[in-house]
Amino acid sequence: MADRNPAPDTPELRERWGAFEFNESYRAKADKAIARYPEGRQRSAVMPLLDLAQRQVGEETDTQGWLPLPVIEYVADYLDMPVIRVLEVASFYFMYNMVPVGKYHVQVCGTTPCMLRGSDGLFETCKKRGMKKGHVSEDGLWTLTEVECMGNCATAPMVQINDDNYEDLTPERLDEILDELAAGKQPKTGTQIEGKKTSEPEGGPTTLKEMVGGNHDYRGDW
Amino acid sequence: MTNTLADKDRIFTNLYGFQDWGLKAAQQRGDWDDTKSLIARGHDNIIEEVKASGLRGRGGAGFPTGLKWSFMPKESKDGRPSFLVINADESEPGSCKDREIIRHDPHKLIEGALVAGYAMRARAAYIYIRGEYIREAETLQAAIDEAYDAGLIGKNASKSGYDFDVFLHRGAGAYICGEETAMIESLEGKKGQPRLKPPFPAGAGLYGCPTTVNNVESIAVVPTILRRGASWFASFGRENNKGTKLFQISGHVNKPCVVEEALSIPFSELIEKHCGGIIGGKDNLLAVIPGGSSVPLVPAEQIWDAPMDFDGLKDLGSGLGTAGVIVMDKSTDIVRAISRLSYFYKHESCGQCTPCREGTGWMWRMMERLRTGDAAIEEIDMLQQVTKQVEGHTICALGDAAAWPIQGLIRHFRPELERRIEEHNAKFAEAAE
Repeated sequence: MADRNPAPDTPELRERWGAFEFNESYRAKADKAIARYPEGRQRSAVMPLLDLAQRQVGEETDTQGWLPLPVIEYVADYLDMPVIRVLEVASFYFMYNMVPVGKYHVQVCGTTPCMLRGSDGLFETCKKRGMKKGHVSEDGLWTLTEVECMGNCATAPMVQINDDNYEDLTPERLDEILDELAAGKQPKTGTQIEGKKTSEPEGGPTTLKEMVGGNHDYRGDW
Repeated sequence: MTNTLADKDRIFTNLYGFQDWGLKAAQQRGDWDDTKSLIARGHDNIIEEVKASGLRGRGGAGFPTGLKWSFMPKESKDGRPSFLVINADESEPGSCKDREIIRHDPHKLIEGALVAGYAMRARAAYIYIRGEYIREAETLQAAIDEAYDAGLIGKNASKSGYDFDVFLHRGAGAYICGEETAMIESLEGKKGQPRLKPPFPAGAGLYGCPTTVNNVESIAVVPTILRRGASWFASFGRENNKGTKLFQISGHVNKPCVVEEALSIPFSELIEKHCGGIIGGKDNLLAVIPGGSSVPLVPAEQIWDAPMDFDGLKDLGSGLGTAGVIVMDKSTDIVRAISRLSYFYKHESCGQCTPCREGTGWMWRMMERLRTGDAAIEEIDMLQQVTKQVEGHTICALGDAAAWPIQGLIRHFRPELERRIEEHNAKFAEAAE
């Protein structure tokens, strides 16, 4: 099990987040999420609402966002749920940050398929830049986390930074990507191999070659 | 035995996303083509056709899909609706196929949801997508919105007279939610901890209503099976292992990729044809985990000519699983590779059952000692014993999944484990002199 505890409930925390509520845009998204579930089952929306809350906290703090206790209480109130039921969901699922994180949450996949393709080197790159697992860097820019399989195994090794994936990485290319982010630029997402589209074999697909050039309809050959 | 699969027989023609995923492009490729007539065949005819196609669940367990659907009630005696839940919580290390379907061919999944949902008399489908698939979820939601706007789903879906909704639910980073009852718990807004069975989901699942949980790939292939006929699908692969399958090859091959092939394709053909061979050549192959992290590894000499299907890999003491093929060459620290999987299961155990919660941590710590050789020879047997005490003694299969990779390692690489221990102990003996 992953051990995860909420950040301490202090007067400062209460003061900063005690008045948290969804802004107009997030409230609209939250109500849309609740409407996806049957009448009386609004509790099902706790996961999307925690995600939205974390995102709004992120916007307010210029980070990826996290879930302070007063925000968790707000979500509980919004869904008319006991706080403990929301807290246990927040602490169970790994994508909810229980403590503050940096502007960029660098999530390096370290599970076997990525390990076989060189994720050790990616951690090395992060370490060289002063990142430490589970810590926010001094400039507030980075948080490094080792994550479990992200489902990009055929384009390993990979890193997810906030909402985007960077795949087929080398330590050098990751270094460049981090430089670009630090400079406020948006690096190319997806595979980093030149000329590669997604998860086809490098150098061009071995199947479905007609699809490269046009939207081929194979039904004529059935 | 194997027939080379032609492009015209591939279901996921936009697998690599060279073309647009949107509705118009998907329709040009043949999706949503007179879906009304598929539905007009009737609930039971669709189920019979899927049964006849030999389609087995693509999420790992390989349970016959049509048979699973037939467990759903034919009429609601107490007014409870039925639900289809689509498992897009792809988190098994080595698996990355559902992602390609979702981001490049989402309309195959949505059309499949309608047809399958109709067949099992479901009122709506919930697609549970893993939280880390953020961009993929955006694409899928946009595709769902397109389908609603075009009247393909929703009230009177595709003018069939059947009302059917499709909803997207995002997870938030818990491997265990890929287990069907944990997924249902999570959909209800709880921690993803598996339920005891019975009752089975087909009797009491989501919100206590009859529910069937199917993998993305199992659902997305259904419209094509119906259009081309069960016998077409059943013409690929060996008896009891029919159809085409998305294989995902990762690790030490020259060109890792996702590719659709006929089931039962020999391992060697899959690797040579699509992946540019093993790094350093065939002789450099050490072992393969053929079906995602949960199945035991198979050594090089046994896997090379093996048919990649459910029964062929079962005969080797392993399994097809999700067909996430993890290839390891001789440069691999095999003990570390398996130990890293043990860490994965320790991290992902939901904590509900004691043998799994405590056992996965214990097994990982033991594996780390075996990695450096800091152990006694007898401890290999002790570890084997503990894996047997975890396996089969938990509510869900995560305990089994944590045990099998270790059992596979001990079965095939015991001499390597012993070598490390002896080397380590010899170093200490030297230091003591």
